[in-house]
Amino acid sequence: MDYVIEMLNIRKEFPGIVANDNITVQVQKGEIHALLGENGAGKSTLMNVLFGLYQPEKGEIKVKGKKVNITNPNIANDLGIGMVHQHFMLVEPFTVTQNIILGNEPKKKSGKIDIKKAEQEIQELSDRYGLKVDPTAKISDISVGMQQRVEILKTLYRGADVLIFDEPTAVLTPQEIKDLIEIMRSLIKEGKSIILITHKLKEIMEVCDRCTVIRKGKGIKTLDVKNTNVTELASLMVGREISFKTEKTEANPKETVLKINDLFVKDTRKVDLVKGLNLELRAGEIVGIAGIDGNGQTELIEAITGLRKTESGTIMLNNKDITNMKPRKVTESGVGHIPQDRHKYGLVLDYPIGENMVLQTYYQKPFSKGTVLNYKEIYKKANKLIKEYDVRTPSEYTKARALSGGNQQKAIIGREVDRSPDLLIAAQPTRGLDVGAIEFIHKKLIEERDKGKAVLLISFELDEIIDVSDTIAVMFDGKIVAKVKPEETNEQELGLLMAGSNKTEAGDRNGIK
Amino acid sequence: MASNKLFNILVPIISVLLGLIAGAIIMLVSGYNPIAGYTALWNGAFGDLYFMGETVRQITPYILTGLAVAFAFRSGLFNIGAEGQVIVGWLAAVWVGLAVDAPMIIHLPLAIIAAAAAGAIWGFVPGILKARLGVHEVIVTIMMNYIALYCTNEIIRSVLTDNMDSTDIIPPSASLASEWLQGLTYFSRMHYGILIALFAAVVMWFIMQRTTIGYELKAVGFNQHASKYAGMKVSKNIILSMAIAGAFAGLAGAMEGLGTYGSISVMSGFTNLGFDGIAVALLGANTAFGVVLAAILFGVLKVGAINMPTGAEVPTELVDIIIALIIFFVASSYIIRWILLRFKKEGK
Repeated sequence: MDYVIEMLNIRKEFPGIVANDNITVQVQKGEIHALLGENGAGKSTLMNVLFGLYQPEKGEIKVKGKKVNITNPNIANDLGIGMVHQHFMLVEPFTVTQNIILGNEPKKKSGKIDIKKAEQEIQELSDRYGLKVDPTAKISDISVGMQQRVEILKTLYRGADVLIFDEPTAVLTPQEIKDLIEIMRSLIKEGKSIILITHKLKEIMEVCDRCTVIRKGKGIKTLDVKNTNVTELASLMVGREISFKTEKTEANPKETVLKINDLFVKDTRKVDLVKGLNLELRAGEIVGIAGIDGNGQTELIEAITGLRKTESGTIMLNNKDITNMKPRKVTESGVGHIPQDRHKYGLVLDYPIGENMVLQTYYQKPFSKGTVLNYKEIYKKANKLIKEYDVRTPSEYTKARALSGGNQQKAIIGREVDRSPDLLIAAQPTRGLDVGAIEFIHKKLIEERDKGKAVLLISFELDEIIDVSDTIAVMFDGKIVAKVKPEETNEQELGLLMAGSNKTEAGDRNGIK
Repeated sequence: MASNKLFNILVPIISVLLGLIAGAIIMLVSGYNPIAGYTALWNGAFGDLYFMGETVRQITPYILTGLAVAFAFRSGLFNIGAEGQVIVGWLAAVWVGLAVDAPMIIHLPLAIIAAAAAGAIWGFVPGILKARLGVHEVIVTIMMNYIALYCTNEIIRSVLTDNMDSTDIIPPSASLASEWLQGLTYFSRMHYGILIALFAAVVMWFIMQRTTIGYELKAVGFNQHASKYAGMKVSKNIILSMAIAGAFAGLAGAMEGLGTYGSISVMSGFTNLGFDGIAVALLGANTAFGVVLAAILFGVLKVGAINMPTGAEVPTELVDIIIALIIFFVASSYIIRWILLRFKKEGK
């Protein structure tokens, strides 16, 4: 068999942990090879070894059959290995071309950068792989999906034959994911090979040829995707059986908890993003808001939680007007908020995880008396939540930054749910998490519902919306444009509604009444 | 990572040693005897009780300006304005010392509080401009330094005196000077201010580590978004942090005005106490305890240096070079960390 990349018995240690323990991955020419594993399983470490960012303690790497020693990313580049990072490495005020040639600029005889020539080359590359990127556009003006294509172009421009994609779909909308899959296929057609780092099983089933499963730093198995199924992959990845269908009983909605009337909210650029939104949410139900990113979801949550001023309209919580209340007042009125961006909003990453557990309650008894903090009580509470919510951390004094994404999220959920709020807002609660953590979080949301709380779920993952919600509210252009029951719809219909078609059109085209 | 704490202690110590070694090399290259130079430095700081008293006197304002910079830094703010806050604190202390007639038990605390309040106002202005209008505190504090310097000079000339360069000496009821301490140290200018400075360090530690105020201030310093999400008032915390920082620096001014000099004179330039405070805070890793240690080092170096020209014919400027080198090594602590990590790996 012809392998383009072989990583044989790789071992990489960090102080205190073995991140990669004897892992072997062999990538064939012209295949899409998935690297599947939970958060923290060691996928990224392995790829950073391949890319020359880390040196392995043991093992060898072969590229096209030849043993190589990759000590820095430049060598990886020269060997034709390119990486599309999860967090893009782009200079925002620069154009696409300027970003791509950065560090590798074609020069005229006079020493000036030959931008025209570069633009032409990039245009050609873009056309060849169907990327549809405008070489003269500024990065700050193009969408996230486009930015990712620029990253892809960057590796191609540098002559990459093997492309590593690190969780490429985490930041994309459903439509962008579809486009990306097309792009991957056309790359393969042109003779490139792809390593796809992911924990999304559906993507693997859809696009990959073979898959290597990594669990807790060990290579578990490499298998042909066509001979396996989602359930097998999931149990290999997590090490136990996973239930995919979220277990839940019929909702039993009671009195209205949240009532939003004709709400208008502007974004930071002073453009109306929420435009006359109406929404009602009752105790004991989960309402899922489906919508493409940028249709006002973020602004809606920020308006409810007091993080953003509203222009007009009212927000009532338990028949009390909370419009434009300060965040603390909103919290105290009984709102819990699992924020979309857990690093930016959910946690103070440099605080110990224990202190993060009282981020909204530190000033209350028993965590402080007067202005003096009572660390004993704080850590007692923290320990309780860490246990209850299975937050895996070396200790309660460990900085939140050091925890994996899933454990950070479990900590936030523990903190928010523990306050027992009447309204729990969960914005993309499972973003970037693996199936084990997702299962846990969904269960918790449903538990809260069953306790008679109202849950508002915002997610770009349609699976999640359909699985967890009792009612789906489709948000488009700052309004709720449709309300559907999850059992009476499907992804196609939702997709069309999210794109602005009206209900009957969408239903007709998908055979739903 | 338990080794992290060890690193935080090791890095400044190694920086200091590297700074001293580099200083020795410079002395050697310039034709001076480094051993004689450092002996003179040591004697200049600890040689006899007089020098020791002078060293303690120098340490006192350094602790306070170091706290002023460190406190603001913990909430994510760069207080480059400690210099101006020192000057207005000094002025306020002397002003109250001269203008008020009261028994010591009222007069002295009043003068000290006036200094802290003046410094706090000088910190409050950049704080509120940052919080409300987003003006960067570095720019405003630098400008506030000049405003403090020239306004103070003008007030000394035309309000406190009749076109003189220096005010009268404050009455004993407002003075921190102590005959007992002076007698103990062969009439150095050591005064009771060191107790205030050490107390201030304890106050900073307490606020930062033990109170909800400190919890908020640090949270705002680490992550404003999460602080806002958690219901903290970000702008209030920015203003508060700058005001408290300013109060610390204002106290440093009181040390000079009520302790060391007992008066205030027209200044041709900055006192540098505030600017040195930036280095003290950096070397002390922005913690209260670290600031005290760093202030001791700076006090020793500054006072000891005075003895270098007479003791070893080494110019005092050399001490400034050594201090600069120490700061350089602290700032480039990354290199030291890297070397330490290397050693650790090979040791395994």
